[in-house]
Amino acid sequence: MADISSNFLGIKSPNPFWLASAPPTDKKINVLRAFEAGWGGVVWKTLGTQVKNVSSRYSAVDYHGSRVMGFNNIELISDRPLDINLIEIKEVLKEFPDRAMVVSLMADNDRESWHELIKKVQDTGAHGLELNFGCPHGMTERGMGAAVGQDPEIARMVVEWVMEIATIPVITKLTPNVHSVVPTGLASVLGGTNALSLINTIQSVTGIDLDTLIPNPNVGGKSAFGGYCGPAVKPIALKFLTTIAQNEITRKVPVSGIGGISTWKDAVEFMLLGASNVQVCTAAMKHGFRIVEDMIEGLNYWMDDKGFKTLNDFIGKSVHTMSNWEDLDINYHVIANINQDKCVHCGLCYIACEDTSHQSITLDYGKPYNKYTIKEEECVGCNLCNLVCPVDDCITMVEHRKADEYMNWKDFQRLGLPLNDH
Amino acid sequence: MAITNFRLTTDEYTENFSDIHPPFENLTAALVEANRCIFCYDAPCIKSCPTSINVPKFIKQIATENIKGSAHTIFDSNIMGGGCSKVCPVEKLCEGSCVYNLMEEEPIQIARLQRYSTEKAIREKWPLFTRKPSNGKKVAVVGAGPAGLSCAHVLSRQGVDVTIYEKEAKGGGLMTYGIAAYKVTPEFCEDEVNYVLSLGGIEINYNQELGKNITLPELQSQYDAVYIGIGVGLARQLEIPGEHLEGVEDAISFIYDIRSKPFNQVKVGENVAVIGMGMTAIDAATQAKRLGAKQVTMVYRRTEAEMPCTQVELDIAKLDGCNIIWLAAPKEVLGVDGKATALVCSKMILGEPDASGRRSPIETGETIVLEVDMIIKAAGQMPFESLVSGLSLENKYGKITTDAHGVTSLNGVFAGGDCVNGGREVVDAVQAGKDGAAGILEFLSV
Ligand SMILES: Cc1cc2nc3c(=O)[nH]c(=O)nc-3n(C[C@H](O)[C@H](O)[C@H](O)COP(=O)(O)OP(=O)(O)OC[C@H]3O[C@@H](n4cnc5c(N)ncnc54)[C@H](O)[C@@H]3O)c2cc1C
Ligand SMILES: Cc1cc2nc3c(=O)[nH]c(=O)nc-3n(C[C@H](O)[C@H](O)[C@H](O)COP(=O)(O)O)c2cc1C
Ligand code: SF4
Ligand code: SF4
Ligand code: SF4
Repeated sequence: MADISSNFLGIKSPNPFWLASAPPTDKKINVLRAFEAGWGGVVWKTLGTQVKNVSSRYSAVDYHGSRVMGFNNIELISDRPLDINLIEIKEVLKEFPDRAMVVSLMADNDRESWHELIKKVQDTGAHGLELNFGCPHGMTERGMGAAVGQDPEIARMVVEWVMEIATIPVITKLTPNVHSVVPTGLASVLGGTNALSLINTIQSVTGIDLDTLIPNPNVGGKSAFGGYCGPAVKPIALKFLTTIAQNEITRKVPVSGIGGISTWKDAVEFMLLGASNVQVCTAAMKHGFRIVEDMIEGLNYWMDDKGFKTLNDFIGKSVHTMSNWEDLDINYHVIANINQDKCVHCGLCYIACEDTSHQSITLDYGKPYNKYTIKEEECVGCNLCNLVCPVDDCITMVEHRKADEYMNWKDFQRLGLPLNDH
Repeated sequence: MAITNFRLTTDEYTENFSDIHPPFENLTAALVEANRCIFCYDAPCIKSCPTSINVPKFIKQIATENIKGSAHTIFDSNIMGGGCSKVCPVEKLCEGSCVYNLMEEEPIQIARLQRYSTEKAIREKWPLFTRKPSNGKKVAVVGAGPAGLSCAHVLSRQGVDVTIYEKEAKGGGLMTYGIAAYKVTPEFCEDEVNYVLSLGGIEINYNQELGKNITLPELQSQYDAVYIGIGVGLARQLEIPGEHLEGVEDAISFIYDIRSKPFNQVKVGENVAVIGMGMTAIDAATQAKRLGAKQVTMVYRRTEAEMPCTQVELDIAKLDGCNIIWLAAPKEVLGVDGKATALVCSKMILGEPDASGRRSPIETGETIVLEVDMIIKAAGQMPFESLVSGLSLENKYGKITTDAHGVTSLNGVFAGGDCVNGGREVVDAVQAGKDGAAGILEFLSV
């Protein structure tokens, strides 16, 4: 069996699956249950000034009969007294010394408040701190949360305050409510943070109740922008993660990947794009802590199958394959092919190509089954038909290079080759 | 015990005649199934529905909870779409060609989804259609079966005023009087007819029989066009000795009884033989069993490979515990005191293919004798040959001859449904009604 133990800045955990700072990590009873279920670590729900929550505070996006493809909340940071949280953190640390205990923080926007809060948390014996620069609602009005994360200069200043006093590793958690996470990531690294984590939730409106005409979640007839997370945000989180892994400076610190991770496969994808470990919230809120069992086993089997002995063997392995558009090979070309033995004649490829691509599929009328074939000369190799075909390996994209040599867009322009030649 | 009623308790009757294709219990169940449908383009399920219901469209509408839209899509193609969702042999129609079959998976439950929205529409009386203002044209429709009702609905939507002449006291045709009681209830049939009529512009005159209370020339003179949808009614005779003994009944009247009386009033034998292996035979056999017959034996002169019913129907009969004897043709009914006591059958073998393309049964000379007290004949139905010939309509053995638009040999007289095709399914009759209406609209230049 592979070794899936994780070492994040010296913070050890038996596996790379941590629970993100959120309701699952809000109290001792939850965290104990999480550790019993097998989670490698937790980031304790953000501590800071006392707040007051509203209800309802969650809403979701359902898609094609599947519930909670996207999740949304207008919840604030921990609304429990700070002292109780600190006592509970200490108690959990005693019961599960082998698991990672990181505590998320969001202090009032001045140096003293941060120092005071950090000291109190360090006294618990916690292994690390995570700075919440991401909360997109409620706190921003007071210059906290995303208000910090959206301004690299303020972010750097806060990180510097923190580093003056921190004796344990510091992770800075970034907000995705920006055009690019790199400026704030960079500022945080330059300010001295030991690691980054991303993403926090994305500002959103999940939908409107068509009976009451009130957007969700409904708080006594009114709603507010909430933070979006869950499976729907994974592609966005992966993009932001990749940009951090590609930047010369930000790539030097470890990154904890967050955003829509529900399975071991999602986790592996985050790690392939540079995350050293992952954090999960929505999937646990939807299914409970038991999902970690499959995450642990699935990761193990996959690593064995691939011959990876430790997590470091594959962390970041896919980053170099993410290139810029203008570096892609223009002479690489594929053409769709339909395996007639597998085709079920649903016509989805045909109508997709006909209506929205390049009219490259021929329909031979039949009753009740039509026959569909690719017009190879017309096919631009866009892949759409392959994506919509419901049958595995029925449509394949076959390589038909335009020319042997590699040529990218820059070469193409330099050589003055003809545009729009098909 | 011989032929008698009250064989079962009320609870047993209710249980035996409850819906064999239960509906989706709730919206979630329907949504889960609707979301399985992949929304095929030029979908095979549409092409395999005789009324060409846009199946992917209506299923997508259920998936988006546009239930009214889905009901409209269905009824727009098939105004009897509610009844059809309960009685169609979908395994050989829409569901039989669903692409999921080719993926070796269960096809989409098209009929059940169709039932989900149409039942709601009928129950809640959604007014999904409005007719154009009356254009003064008047059409007479003979027969309030699926063909006649569907024709009337299309015509009325276009502003034609329709009068239906129906010989029975209720509408619906064989839907009301012929279809197995565990597929549709009398209440449903009544609601369905009322739903069709709720469009307005259609009047039904019950207990009015063509050839008895009214004549075709009368209709021709009073109306701009006439549509004939009288179905086929008469059971084919076996032409064997003993056929007229007490206890020998035809399936149509047996089922008519079941459909028009309380179950405990319907008499059934203890040992019943059913002759034939079509859908009517299956219905007669299973319902005899469900009425409390101890033993039901189906007798068919060919083999399973040639049977007219579908495998699904055969399975219903088998599950109900009916016995089946293949390659046996009725030869004689034996009786005591004028009452049938036994059915003598010739054992057959299969010979050369006959006109139907199926291998024809040939007598071996050997016989078998079944001890029975009731024999139900379901060897096919016969068109109203003398009525049709008397109307001087061109016909083949009583089946009215028409073109694709229901045009008959008489100017302004149209026909469709079982009386033209010799007896198929409800859904075919509905399509025939639409085709006839199209022909009439063209004839009237509407
Ligand atoms: C026992 C049995 C079971 C069946 N089961 C199924 C099934 O499960 N599923 C399925 O899809 N199909 C089934 N069918 C076939 C289906 O019922 C018919 O194909 C369909 O009803 C034909 O419709 P129609 O309008 O042409 O004729 P009909 O339904 O026969 O309607 C004809 C109407 O005309 C009336 N009429 C007849 N003569 C006159 C006259 N002289 N004057 C005035 N009115 C007249 C009749 O009373 C009747 O109302 C079954 C048929 C039978 C016999
Ligand atoms: C109800 C809820 C409350 C959250 N509260 C916090 C919080 O207090 N601090 C924080 O840093 N992130 C908070 N988050 C964000 C999560 O930690 C995480 O970044 C985000 O949900 C994306 O991960 P996921 O897609 O696995 O849920 C919260 C998320 C949810 C759903
Ligand atoms: S790859 Fe694109 S262009 Fe080619 S057939 Fe498929 S959809 Fe059409
Ligand atoms: S999408 Fe696939 S299965 Fe459907 S018609 Fe095209 S090739 Fe065949
Ligand atoms: S064939 Fe099946 S999957 Fe395709 S549209 Fe029809 S019901 Fe849906």
